[in-house]
Order: sequence, then structure tokens, then C-alpha cells
Amino acid sequence: MEVITRGAVIPEPGNSVENKTGTWRVFKPIIHYEKCIRCLICWQFCPEPAILLYEDEETKKKTPAPKEPLKRLPVVEIDYDYCKGCGICYNECPVNAIEFVKEEK
Amino acid sequence: MKVMIRGNESIAYAFKLARVQVVPAYPITPSTLVPEKISELIANGEMKAEFVPVESEHSAMSAAIGASAKGVRVGTATASQGLALMHEVLFIASGMRLPIVMGIGNRALSAPINIWCDHQDMMSQRDTGWMQFYAESNQEGLDLGIMAFKIAEDERVLLPAMVGIDAFVLTHTVEPVELPEQKDVDDFLGEFVPHYVTLDPQNPATLGSFGFPEHFMEFKYGQWIAMERAKKVIDEVFEEFEERFGRKYMKVYPEFVEDAEIILVTMGSMTSTTREFVRRLREQGKKVGLVKLTVFRPFPKEELREILKNAKVVAVVERNISFGFGGAVYAELSSTFSRMKEKPKIVDFIVGLGGRDITFNTLNSVVEIAEKAMHEEVDEVNWIDVNKEAVLKAEGLL
Ligand code: SF4
Ligand code: SF4
Repeated sequence: MEVITRGAVIPEPGNSVENKTGTWRVFKPIIHYEKCIRCLICWQFCPEPAILLYEDEETKKKTPAPKEPLKRLPVVEIDYDYCKGCGICYNECPVNAIEFVKEEK
Repeated sequence: MKVMIRGNESIAYAFKLARVQVVPAYPITPSTLVPEKISELIANGEMKAEFVPVESEHSAMSAAIGASAKGVRVGTATASQGLALMHEVLFIASGMRLPIVMGIGNRALSAPINIWCDHQDMMSQRDTGWMQFYAESNQEGLDLGIMAFKIAEDERVLLPAMVGIDAFVLTHTVEPVELPEQKDVDDFLGEFVPHYVTLDPQNPATLGSFGFPEHFMEFKYGQWIAMERAKKVIDEVFEEFEERFGRKYMKVYPEFVEDAEIILVTMGSMTSTTREFVRRLREQGKKVGLVKLTVFRPFPKEELREILKNAKVVAVVERNISFGFGGAVYAELSSTFSRMKEKPKIVDFIVGLGGRDITFNTLNSVVEIAEKAMHEEVDEVNWIDVNKEAVLKAEGLL
């Protein structure tokens, strides 16, 4: 796609996925699954949204959890391609399961 | 058909004849009659368009951009403070390359508050990327209004345009105007085809997007190219208009210039007074000429260099002032001359601000100084018809 168009028009829709906003990140959120109670609060709060929800049995089962019965619930995962590192998830997590560390580039 | 109409109605009829589809407008003296007349035409079923009443000029221009981005022909009108309030949105219209046409009732800016004619409002929008046309008469207001659409919408241009008609001298003055037939204007303009990407749910696109430093300058260069290309398109449209309607337009309109030693440069309605004045000077054997600047953006550098090159003194007579420098036309003309080896002396005359009449006396003062300039140094910027003594007293200098 040509970037320079008349009037800065972007004639092809749905191209924002090409813009990997994850490169803007200075701090990076990391979910520690052994603490995560799968409450989905981070998933609701992420403004991007860069927190993805997995509802399939395989991912639910294979992801670690603090208690075995929690593996019946959907689980979240951070999409680092688009996570801008705003820290909202880190701030909102009720059990401090999310760590926020300086990005190593 | 000859009609007796005011300048504001010239703009309204230009929009009607151009079959403008959307008119977002907010009334302001002296151009209120434009939206008023258009509302009336729509209410009477004489014009098929959507009138969008808004709460400010800022919103009027924003709505104009939205409608134009949808791919319809859009017109609006404003003046003075209203145009100033539109300022930031004007850049968006030109940056998005939307061919909106706007009538301006050229009026002074506050303070002190003043509703009468000068060109400060449009001159202050010089760098917004809009084309600028100045009408001498109501007929020119109508003709330029129609032609502005053809120029703005040309695939080679795609830039918005302003058509200035002088406050009260034109906006509120009844003059005989030849109103072209609808079918002739239809033939001339053709059906509106947006030669640009429009807002269309069937073909989604992003309009008004973000421009990072690595791309921004390219978009600006595009606007620069468009403005340069507009010069030729304007000539073509003026020529075609003359062929069809018999009225001649030129970016720079010269009269009595062949052997002229002094040439007066004017804009807008003051040109009529100046023409008669120059004609009388010619009868007295004085070698004085006149050049009317109809197009200020794009600035017709090439034509001005050619037409003015043999003059001894060029007297710029203008109704605007850039404090700390001089008149805007003087500034542009001076830099236009800077590349010429042999160039005329150029002297600036500030006249008629805030509706002060420009009379033969005014022009006499101008020509007196211009004659003096032929053989001695004169002031660069000359304020004419001003009670300087009173001002010097007020400023504590006398
Ligand atoms: S840091 Fe911000 S953007 Fe990244 S996952 Fe958390 S809430 Fe979403
Ligand atoms: S907010 Fe914390 S506990 Fe809740 S799902 Fe997100 S990481 Fe897990």
C-alpha cells in the first residue's frame, strides 16, 4: 500500500494491525499465572485491547493456576505485539499477579 | 437574464447555479444574507440542498469538511471574526484536499470592533492552503463563485477556495448582474464527481488520519504542487468561461499599462474607482496604468513580473496591514521582484481600512508620492488619509 496519498487518505481499511504498537513500550507487564485467579479484570481494563481471552479447553488446562479448579475458567494472555505498556492491568490486578518490568530492548 | 442583486445574493446564486448540495453556515455581518438567501431558496423549493444551521463558524467549517468528505458539492460563507474563528479548521479542509467553496464578505477585524470593508480577514488566512479570489463587482462575485467550484474540483487541484466580496460596497449594494442560465452552468461545471476518496461505508477508508514526521512533509509538498498546478487550471477555467459566457477574467488584469511609468496595483471594489481615476489621468497625458489582482493564492508571480517589468514605480494600494512590515501584497510583490535584474521601484500604500472610503483624493495622494518616487526616495510604507497628528498625540509623541 502507498503511504503517501492525496489528502493523507488511507484507502485500505483494517490496516492498523500492521502498526505494531508494542514497540512503543518502555515497561512490560508480565502475568504470573501461579498467582492469577482468572478474574478477567485486566482483560476488561486493557484499553488496546492487548489482553486476549482464551476459552478453549486446551489453553485453560495447560496454563498454570494457583488452584486446580480455576482451570475451568477462561484464561488471559498478553499480546506483546500491541501492548503499549500503559500499566493499567498491573494497577488493576486484585491479587498482584502482574509484574511491571523495564523493557529490555 | 439581468437581475438587480446584492453581492451576498451573487454568492447565493452562484451556489444555487452550481447545484451545491450542502450549505453549513453561521451568520455574521456582512455576509449574513448569504445563508439567509440560501435558506429562502431552499424553503421555496428553488434550490435542492441541505442547509445545516450550526452554533459557530468553527462548526460550520467542520460540517463543511464532513459533507465534502462524503463526496458532495459544499459551499458556505462568512466574514471577519467568523473567518478568524474558522482558522484552525481551514488547514484541515486544505490538508484533506476537499474542494469546498466559501464566500467572504471582506471585513475588518476587531479591535476596535468594525463591520466595514477591508481585506484583513482573508489576508490573515493566506497560509491556510486555500485559493483566494477577490471580486471587483457583484458580477465578478457570481462568476468567480461558479468558477471557483470548477477550479477547486479539478483533478489536478483539489483545494478549497475563498471568493472575497467587499463588505457593504458589494455585499449590500444592488448592482445589475447577468445571471447565467442553469443549463449553461450545468454544461460548464458538469455533474459533480468527487475525484478523491470519500466517506463510503461500502468502501471503508480513513480520512483525516495521523501523519508522522516521516510522512508529514510529503503531504505538505502535495499541497504545494496542487497550488502550483492550480495556476494553469485557473487560466483554463477563466478562458473557458469567457468562451461560454463572454466575460473576461485574468489572474492579473492589466489596463493602460503599455507605456505606463507608474502602475497602481489594486484588489476588489477599489479597482472601479481607480480605473476611472487612471482614465482621467490618461486624458491629462499622464503615463499611469492599473493592474487588478483577482487571484492572490496562488500568487501570480510570473504574470506580475511580466506585466510590471517596464514600469518605473509600482504603487501597491491595499486594504490590509501586517504590523511590523507593511501590506501583505507589498510583501509578496517585493519578493516576487527580488529575482528580476531590472526591477521597478515598489511603494506601499495602506488605504481604506475598516471601511474608510477610497476616493479620488486618496488616489491623488498615492500618485503624488509615486511620482516623487520616480526621482527620489520616499517612505516604503505610506498610510494614506490618516489623521497622523491625532495618533502621534495619543501615543505621546507630540
Ligand atoms: S500494560 Fe496496558 S496495554 Fe499492556 S496489557 Fe496491560 S493494560 Fe493492556
Ligand atoms: S487481573 Fe490479575 S488475577 Fe485477574 S485475570 Fe488479570 S492477571 Fe489474572
